[in-house]
Amino acid sequence: MKRTEAFDFYQPATLQEASQLLKDNGPGGRFLAGGTDLVIAMKEKGLLPKYIVDLKRVPGLSGIRENSDGSIAIGALTTLYTIETSALIKKKYPFLAQSAAEVGSIQIRNRATIGGNISNASPSADTSPALVALGVTATIASASGERKIPVEEFFKGPGQSVMNADEILTEITIPKTAANLVGEYIKFSPREMMDLAYVGVAAVYNLAADKKCTGVRIVLGAVAPTPIRAKRAEAVLEGQILSEALAEKAGQTAAEEAKPISDVRSSADYRRAMVGTMTKRALLNAATGPAKSWYDRRDRRY
Amino acid sequence: MNKKIDFTLNGKAVSRDVPTHRLLLDLLRDEIGATGTKEGCGTGDCGACTVMMNGKPVNSCLILSGELAGADIVTIEGLKIGAELHAVQKAFVQDGGAQCGYCTPGMLMMSKALLDSNNNPSEEEIRYALSGNLCRCTGYAKIVQAVQDAAAMLRSKNP
Ligand SMILES: Cc1cc2nc3c(=O)[nH]c(=O)nc-3n(C[C@H](O)[C@H](O)[C@H](O)COP(=O)(O)OP(=O)(O)OC[C@H]3O[C@@H](n4cnc5c(N)ncnc54)[C@H](O)[C@@H]3O)c2cc1C
Ligand code: FES
Ligand code: FES
Repeated sequence: MKRTEAFDFYQPATLQEASQLLKDNGPGGRFLAGGTDLVIAMKEKGLLPKYIVDLKRVPGLSGIRENSDGSIAIGALTTLYTIETSALIKKKYPFLAQSAAEVGSIQIRNRATIGGNISNASPSADTSPALVALGVTATIASASGERKIPVEEFFKGPGQSVMNADEILTEITIPKTAANLVGEYIKFSPREMMDLAYVGVAAVYNLAADKKCTGVRIVLGAVAPTPIRAKRAEAVLEGQILSEALAEKAGQTAAEEAKPISDVRSSADYRRAMVGTMTKRALLNAATGPAKSWYDRRDRRY
Repeated sequence: MNKKIDFTLNGKAVSRDVPTHRLLLDLLRDEIGATGTKEGCGTGDCGACTVMMNGKPVNSCLILSGELAGADIVTIEGLKIGAELHAVQKAFVQDGGAQCGYCTPGMLMMSKALLDSNNNPSEEEIRYALSGNLCRCTGYAKIVQAVQDAAAMLRSKNP
């Protein structure tokens, strides 16, 4: 296995300093969070950063906080294992905890951060569909200030986002949601563990006592250059009473909206067919409540 | 770029001048001579390089030495308690949890990490915890058995 090559290494203690380092040192610098994408890029994809700016010594970038307005803020440097095991996230958004748990292994998730998963902008990133479905806002900071942008508008293509080189993703905010919000994330991959999604589907909606669905959001991962909302599929279910037939129809519509490619993992046709099936199951599973265990989570995909 | 780094390795203070891009795995094996930790894939997939960093299992093949200042690292060399093997080591020996042994240091570190937080794991919990550790020899059944037996040893010691 190829080794990483020499670079300058900084560990700034403030955001200002971190952003300024990228400004002052010019192109070729990279921020480092957990390194589970960055070090792989150096070892396997020939990335040769001139310098690395480690964000882990900047205080205040990690942790999960419930705000007084009912929104939840998650620091960009919060590890996926922390999210997977957070009592608050598991209670309010079990499908988000589940999407974090789908990434790699426990060893990976002890390092991998939510900010890194988003910033890396991989089309198959497991947390992105759930974050887009929840209408999450990203806070991006640099030495010259701060801006907020919906995660839905964050991605521009594989590995590409709206962030400039000197900008740092500091926090994501889940807006207050209805008490009857339900959701599901299904990662479809041939291996149960340690594999990337062929297809990822997050489905979220408010479920009334009579099973009427409102605020429907269906977001697809790994079947387009960025995570995409299947808006026509959402419209199929919006305001309707959930049924198997309707979930099937929404699934078929989502399959039409997907823009998959063929690659080593899967053909485009297979991906498209699986979008239909997994969207249907995600919609139905959401209504039955969170999976009880890992085996349950696995079995109810099929 | 080199940097003077102070960290703890298996309970002992280490102070070294290290290249910041050196992987923790290589620092351990090639510079410090602690060769118990293995490299399988080098890409985070196999778990052979698992060590504990600040109490949490991580893949040492993906960690840059530049980050180590102040870190508390425990490797397979630090698992033994005094002269006595750790319960997971005893159970792997007893149950045949190792064949060629290449995955074993990582398996043991991850099993210890699991048992640190759960001294009565189900088979499902064991398989979940070890899903980032590949073994091409055992077929995993004896590894799962060994972790269950180690858990029982720990429970009988600290009921
Ligand atoms: C074995 C293995 C299995 C994996 N499996 C999966 C999987 O199943 N699903 C999945 O989605 N991913 C998977 N990944 C990819 C990876 O673990 C995740 O994308 C992870 O969340 C990346 O986070 P990180 O903190 O390690 O990012 P890093 O590697 O530190 O950074 C990634 C990129 O984002 C930039 N960056 C990081 N944080 C910030 C920030 N706060 N502001 C600005 N830029 C930033 C970095 O400069 C870098 O370009 C896997 C990786 C490995 C090695
Ligand atoms: S060598 Fe580190 S995970 Fe395989
Ligand atoms: S014992 Fe040979 S790889 Fe596990």
